[in-house]
Amino acid sequence: MTVKEFAEKNGMHFLSCGETELEISGCYIGDLLSLAMSRVECGNAWLTVQGNVNIAGVAALTEPSCIILVEDRTLDENTETKAKEQGINILSTELSAYDVACRLYEQCQ
Amino acid sequence: MSEKAISLHYEIDGNNFTVAGQASSSIKKVLKQLGVAPEVIRKVAISMYEGEINTIIHGKGGVADVTISSESIIIVFKDNGPGIPDIEKAMQSGFSTASDEARELGFGAGMGLPNMKKYSDNMTIESEVGKGTTVTLTVNLQ
Ligand SMILES: Nc1ncnc2c1ncn2[C@@H]1O[C@H](COP(=O)(O)OP(=O)(O)OP(=O)(O)O)[C@@H](O)[C@H]1O
Ligand SMILES: [Mg+2]
Repeated sequence: MTVKEFAEKNGMHFLSCGETELEISGCYIGDLLSLAMSRVECGNAWLTVQGNVNIAGVAALTEPSCIILVEDRTLDENTETKAKEQGINILSTELSAYDVACRLYEQCQ
Repeated sequence: MSEKAISLHYEIDGNNFTVAGQASSSIKKVLKQLGVAPEVIRKVAISMYEGEINTIIHGKGGVADVTISSESIIIVFKDNGPGIPDIEKAMQSGFSTASDEARELGFGAGMGLPNMKKYSDNMTIESEVGKGTTVTLTVNLQ
């Protein structure tokens, strides 16, 4: 399933848009950057509550298909700017990381 | 890849968290253009990012020098910050002296140095308290 399809199907909206037709493969959940840095794999959905600019830095290096900001957390203003510059997909949802992960498991086979 | 070594120099601003990761993304682009294997790029990107962040949040800023040859990629981080009193302890997974401010931003897992060790083929740390720290990483290309 693509990032765009997953977003539409689950009522998530884009806080930043890049290549929205990327396929989602697997996911990583975590808010500590040096753990995410070594664990997020290319194509993953990265689920986090962390909205500061450094998530854009980590995403630029690890290339997840999208970041999903869970529990209605907001992005810092400069995160949005940097993510847009780098073409990083960031989705927002009120769901918890667990609920999003379950949906990814069910829908992205 | 050409036989000639390529040298790149980066100034790492110690006060600016928002540009953290710039040197790493720049290196990543260069390596992609050179056609370096994705696994090697991943190793370099992780090591480079962690080193860059440590230079900012612990070292109060410094420089990074990267040398790319046909055999290896050598990255040297140098700062004139507070230094590391106990390198063995600093290398342990989970050990961190990161400030509350840095922790709020998602740093402080104490995984930076262990990541650098894991994702490089050789790592050395030279540090003197009150003088600064130099970390040298080598990633082999063959
Ligand atoms: N350049 C440096 N100058 C001074 N101290 C350093 C430097 N680099 C690392 N340290 C010390 O080593 C500790 C461990 O570093 P490491 O990168 O493993 O973890 P961290 O930076 O605290 O957290 P993380 O990297 O997971 O966000 C730091 O908390 C700090 O005390
Ligand atoms: Mg660190």
